[in-house]
Amino acid sequence: MQKKKLSVVSKIYIALILIFLYAPIAVMIIMSFNKGNTMAWKGFSLKWYGELFQNNVLMGALANTLIIAVLASLLATVLGTAAAIGINNFRGKTRAVLQNVSNIPIISPDIVMGVSLMLLFSFLGVIFHFEMGFFTVLLSHVCFCVPLVVLNVMPRLRRMDPSLYDAALDLGCNQWQAFYKVVIHELMPGIVSGMLISFTYSLDDFVITHFTQGAKFNNLSTEIYSLLRRKIPPTINALSALLFLAIIIIMVLINVYERRAEKRAAKLK
Amino acid sequence: MKSKKLSIPYIIWMLVFTMIPIVMIGITAFKDSHGNFSLEPFMKAFGYTGVFLKSLWIALLSTLICLVLAYPLAYLLTRMKKSSQNTIQMLLMIPMWMNFLLRIYAWMILLQKNGPLDTALSLLGIHGTYIGNTGAVVLGMVYEYLPFMVLPIFTVMSKIDGGLIEAAQDLGSNGFAVLRKVIFPLSIPGVISGITMVFVPSASTFLVSQYLGGTDDIMIGDVIDKIFWTDQSTGSAISLILMILIFVFLVLMNLFGDEEAIA
Repeated sequence: MQKKKLSVVSKIYIALILIFLYAPIAVMIIMSFNKGNTMAWKGFSLKWYGELFQNNVLMGALANTLIIAVLASLLATVLGTAAAIGINNFRGKTRAVLQNVSNIPIISPDIVMGVSLMLLFSFLGVIFHFEMGFFTVLLSHVCFCVPLVVLNVMPRLRRMDPSLYDAALDLGCNQWQAFYKVVIHELMPGIVSGMLISFTYSLDDFVITHFTQGAKFNNLSTEIYSLLRRKIPPTINALSALLFLAIIIIMVLINVYERRAEKRAAKLK
Repeated sequence: MKSKKLSIPYIIWMLVFTMIPIVMIGITAFKDSHGNFSLEPFMKAFGYTGVFLKSLWIALLSTLICLVLAYPLAYLLTRMKKSSQNTIQMLLMIPMWMNFLLRIYAWMILLQKNGPLDTALSLLGIHGTYIGNTGAVVLGMVYEYLPFMVLPIFTVMSKIDGGLIEAAQDLGSNGFAVLRKVIFPLSIPGVISGITMVFVPSASTFLVSQYLGGTDDIMIGDVIDKIFWTDQSTGSAISLILMILIFVFLVLMNLFGDEEAIA
């Protein structure tokens, strides 16, 4: 498509959309520096940040969120990559059925998946005498992460030349080496993006955790949820501002990494 | 590599964590409070028809507004340099990475009485309530899901063969005709997946209406959340109906998409 310079109207339109997306976040960040604890501006202060770091409940919930996201995305990546390779070797109807079943957690509404897992865990809990908590949340997060990994690995797998694996075997690799050095290497971009998407979905999840957390476990979303039910503490603004900062830093790092990878690819050509 | 065995763990996993829970919802939806077979949960579920309709209405409105806002943006994105495309795409993604509850909470602050919007508009002499109504719920939904509409449309549009556009211009089409006769028909698959990605979550979401809406803006997700803890049967019946509605919607969208692709 031809790249003409955008008109002023177009630029204003894009700017308005960006203002719409960032205005609420900006307000939250500004309010995080407010000395008073209502909307009225009472002067600059960092006191909410101090309170945030002393808030063991919120910090604990943040730690839970990170631990669950790391473990769930790692487990889902292993399970999902293996599954994608396996499913890819099926043919015809079987493969279509397996892929469709795998997609169910993505297609079905979060809340339905949440309540269905809650039914399962409370049923199993009665039989095996356990209560919902860390492990049920972890399992549930793996449930919605695996399909994401499968979806990301599958296209790579389709594009891969199957004779590469045979070539590696002919050239003296054993099966494990051929698998690791050729197959996994070829699939790597899909595996990494599947893992990253899983990680972000897990970080952001509220609904599934809400239904499978049990009485004692909280992640950041569910903790904020219970805070919002009571009086809203301004520490939440400070938390949002810090999360926003962290996201910006991660995004910039990813961008720098991608630019470098592009440059390297360009040199190879 | 040629082995199907690698998928066995996941097949067992899907059986336990996808199929069995859905079957359990199906079974629970047909039980009364004594555990006997009964249609009572569905009778109770039909009592929420109004809420179902309201949810679908809010989801429909949000999807339409997202489409109207996103389509021009996606089109403008395709006409930018690669580097500006990347920047704008990143700017669209960043708010999605903020915690879902914090995003909604931010709108609560912005829209509340004596909040920034109220104060600013009062200075201009405009007074009103901006929270606690259907409009605020739709606004929250549009905010949540707008990027889900922009990105698929943009992806499909940017793959359109530039040659087709040049051909249309050579044959005498002006800018608007090119948009209407070439770009729009070819971007339909992106529009379809955008509509799906916005409509499904906004029809089934909960909390947004609790925080931004009024008492009569309660959505079907809120109802499930409220009654599931005490009455699993009715909760399951409503979930089942919701799931069937969503699947019907997805099938319809797929049919529509395929036909467009052939035509």
